Amino acid sequence: MILIEDTITALATPAGVGALSIIRVCGPLSFEATDKIFKGKKLISESDSHTIHYGKIISLDGEQIDDVLVSVFRTPHSYTGEDSVEISTHGSQLIVQKIISLFLDNGVRLAEPGEFTKRAFLNGRIDLAQAEAVADIINSRSDASLRGARNQLNGLLSQKVDSLREELITTSSLIELELDFAEEELEFISLSKVAESISNIIYEISELLKTYSFGRVMRDGVNAALVGKPNVGKSSILNYMLKESRAIVSEIPGTTRDVIREEVVIDGILYKLFDTAGIRFTEDIIEKEGVFRSRDAVKAADVVLFINDIETGFSLDLYNELLELTSDDRIIKVLNKVDLMHGEHFNADVKISAKTGLGMNELYHLLNEKAIGSSNYSEKTAIVSNLRHFEALKLAKKQLESALVSIDEKLSGEFIAVDLRNAENSLSEIIGKVTNDDILNNIFSKFCIGK
Amino acid sequence: MRYFDVIVVGGGHAGIEASIAAAKMGCSVALITMEKEAIGRMSCNPAIGGSAKGHLVHEIDSLGGAMGLIADKAGIQFRTLNKSKGPAVWAGRSQSDRKYYTIEAIKAVSETPNLEIIEDSLMDVFEEDKKITGIKIKSGEEIKCKAVVLCSGTFLNGLMHTGMTSTEGGRYGEQASKGLTESFTRMGFVSGRLKTGTPPRLHKDSIDWDKLEVQPGDDPPLPFSRRTDKSKFPYLRQVPCHITYTDLEVHRILETGFDKSPLFTGVINGVGPRYCPSIEDKIVRFADKERHQLFLEPEGLDDDLIYINGFSTSLPVDVQYKALKKIRGLENVNMVRPGYAVEYDYFPPYQVDLTLETKLIEGLYFSGQINGTSGYEEAAGQGIIAGINAALKIQKRKEFVLKRSEAYIGVLIDDLVGKSTNEPYRMFTSRAEHRLLIRQDNADRRLYKYGYEFGLISKELYDEMKVNETSIAVAKEFFTKTKLTPEIINPILENSDSSKLQFSETVDKLLKRPEISLSSIIKHLPRNGKSEIVETLEKNPILAEQLEIEIKYEGYIKRQEELVLKMDKLEDVQIPLNFNYVKLKTLSAEGREKLNKIKPRSIGQASRISGVTPSDISVLLVYLKN
Repeated sequence: MILIEDTITALATPAGVGALSIIRVCGPLSFEATDKIFKGKKLISESDSHTIHYGKIISLDGEQIDDVLVSVFRTPHSYTGEDSVEISTHGSQLIVQKIISLFLDNGVRLAEPGEFTKRAFLNGRIDLAQAEAVADIINSRSDASLRGARNQLNGLLSQKVDSLREELITTSSLIELELDFAEEELEFISLSKVAESISNIIYEISELLKTYSFGRVMRDGVNAALVGKPNVGKSSILNYMLKESRAIVSEIPGTTRDVIREEVVIDGILYKLFDTAGIRFTEDIIEKEGVFRSRDAVKAADVVLFINDIETGFSLDLYNELLELTSDDRIIKVLNKVDLMHGEHFNADVKISAKTGLGMNELYHLLNEKAIGSSNYSEKTAIVSNLRHFEALKLAKKQLESALVSIDEKLSGEFIAVDLRNAENSLSEIIGKVTNDDILNNIFSKFCIGK
Repeated sequence: MRYFDVIVVGGGHAGIEASIAAAKMGCSVALITMEKEAIGRMSCNPAIGGSAKGHLVHEIDSLGGAMGLIADKAGIQFRTLNKSKGPAVWAGRSQSDRKYYTIEAIKAVSETPNLEIIEDSLMDVFEEDKKITGIKIKSGEEIKCKAVVLCSGTFLNGLMHTGMTSTEGGRYGEQASKGLTESFTRMGFVSGRLKTGTPPRLHKDSIDWDKLEVQPGDDPPLPFSRRTDKSKFPYLRQVPCHITYTDLEVHRILETGFDKSPLFTGVINGVGPRYCPSIEDKIVRFADKERHQLFLEPEGLDDDLIYINGFSTSLPVDVQYKALKKIRGLENVNMVRPGYAVEYDYFPPYQVDLTLETKLIEGLYFSGQINGTSGYEEAAGQGIIAGINAALKIQKRKEFVLKRSEAYIGVLIDDLVGKSTNEPYRMFTSRAEHRLLIRQDNADRRLYKYGYEFGLISKELYDEMKVNETSIAVAKEFFTKTKLTPEIINPILENSDSSKLQFSETVDKLLKRPEISLSSIIKHLPRNGKSEIVETLEKNPILAEQLEIEIKYEGYIKRQEELVLKMDKLEDVQIPLNFNYVKLKTLSAEGREKLNKIKPRSIGQASRISGVTPSDISVLLVYLKN
């Protein structure tokens, strides 16, 4: 059995070079240990909560390591609920390593992956759904994904699910009433009323489930594939978008025949762009692999940008092949090179010029619409963005539907109750009213170190 | 100095089961009761069973207990409740002849070897190093023992109220136990106060029976116990009950007594049951209801008393009487005895373990109303568990705890210990999350194995159950392999408004149709090959019923079984008894307090404790992992 008695530390910002790095220290020794290595105007152990202190980190042999800012958080007003400090240093891995080792020399141990959040959870600072949201925030790479996670951290989903659960419990209790008090002269609820109430909960769950595509997009981003014949301008469109994007995330290395993946953030949404090499089968063994990958990318894509240019016109044959891999409603038909002014104008969804930027805004708008639908979720809407929640809701819906089947078959209340109880458990699992090992293990294993 | 292995205090329904079980298991047992004639006395209504309580009776019977047999012998009406619902909530209920009930109960106790009845009352219990060593009774005698099972019902500091008049006593005409609570609180136990009530008793000749609705029993009546001699059952003449109603005028008269109601004026401090409110409570809480249903139940065949179920009250006598006279059929009623409320001490049941042994004193067991339950069946269910465990402990054998998925008794005790009721606890089928699995019809298949293991169920019965179990398996197999042709089955389907077949279909599939019963197709089943199984089913309708239930509701039953497996994972995570919750600052304040108080044995038990949050459970899981 461990008790939260030890003090832990870890780098709280991503490893690597940045302008600043933040080291977090949590636990009873936080202030004491900091005072041993930090020289500022005032002792940290004597400072108020939520104050920031400038000073120097100095090693045991007097080496001055860095100028830092120390933020003080006193229990219970910290992220984990314990005494805690955050040290902002200059962004250098060497400095960070040195400071952390200084802490380790002073009775602090290195945090395990996800341990800060685990402590926050254990201290009752956040509930299960919120703990998961933290994992999402940590991993978020776009404004939208941050918004979604914040939404969950604020407990909107928990509130919504809780109210559905309450409603379900109410319905169940009406059924139980009849089973346990059959002898009494009571007005029992009619099965059609029960069915109505269950249908209503199913509807509400379906609405929540619908937000998942949006929620997932917010969380994971949109998979978009660019497909088109050679030289229609796929690369120039991609480059244009990369230039527009404020955050170029990465390029997945590979040969030119492989699928090239770029990540761009447009209007706060993360797009994972796959520049496909070609989706037509070929005899070329090396190319064959690329074709397979491209076809997989198209299959997995939420949106396919089907690029044509004004010179070659609409490639009907390629379009037909595309339809074998994805559905029409996922395809945006793009006509490129409209700056050339001559050639075939067909009925495209959007006409652009990657060279001049003409129509690109309209393309972004279309992408946005295809990706998240026209639905306009406000900050106040509960959004499902987590796969576990999505699955639990789906299961609850299935269980409620099977309760409806029991009603339809005119079975007695205790059979209806089986599914209602199960559905209640499914909903409870989302908000952590019932918990089991598996959920916890899964959640805690997802946390990155030091966050 | 006399010595007994086990001393059972109290001859009520808990005491009967505890003493008989422990004695049959080979312990020397003394049953201490103030009055031998009071053994098995029905303090409240003369009925056994009812929704979920019927299940308890079947379970007690399947563990080898006495209640089912006694109720069968003393029954003057038997009904199966909820027959229009599914088989999991079918529940037997009987009206008993109060006099015969006690006669049979006394006989059951007296005929048990190793069991001695001592007419006296408990004064004190002795312990050494937190281990029970003996008791002292009123006569001054000290008796040594290894275990004490306390089943004192409503007698601990019992106080009866009618209007503003309070009388000390545990039951009409019987003394209360004074001073006992105090000696237990001195040992460190915490006591609480509960309240229950009983309606007036009426003289049967003063009732205008022709004006009342008749509620007959089932014909033929079904006994509770599988051990009851079918050729002699029913033992007594069967009689109906009657139904009448209150009306607004009755309510108005009752209201005139509210200023002298011990309930409303704060004289009564004990918490009463919400599910069994007094008539004055009903009028206040359900003000828009214009009438309340009342059942007139005979207390016995040659008994002049009629019990008016639904009219429990502690209003002043004159108000009770005036109101009764306005009820249809009771215009000329003779109220032989007024209703009263009784307040009594109980020990909030977090202080006992799942074996019903107290956590504080080894060898001391509490069972029945002392643990905060109401009802004969709840008491008896605890009694048999306490008796069995007292014997097992003395014999240094493994303790006996029933799981929630195994029996209502398991649900009952788990609820008591974990939720530590602060109102009288009554069993309901909805308390059992695995309701479809723990039915009356399969009580023998659930529990005979334990009854047999403890020597409370005969080998003969156990073997018979095993044979039946095999028959069910054989029949299931036979039904999944045997097909009926459209020619044979279609006329039956047509009769039952079921869609007709084009091709042959297995018996199993046909039985899954809600509208098709086994009895309607059994005579069309092929008799060649495994024909004996069909004959077995025809000869044994109870077996056929079990089989049919299991086939018809297979899908639902499977789903519940899956749930049990899932829950069992949490039940299997053991928490050490010495687990230090106080040191765990991470637990919620309430959760920590409750966990420390109850000291659950498993995460499953912990998760059901009210006030313990899911976060607390997660905390425990995380800590237990490390």
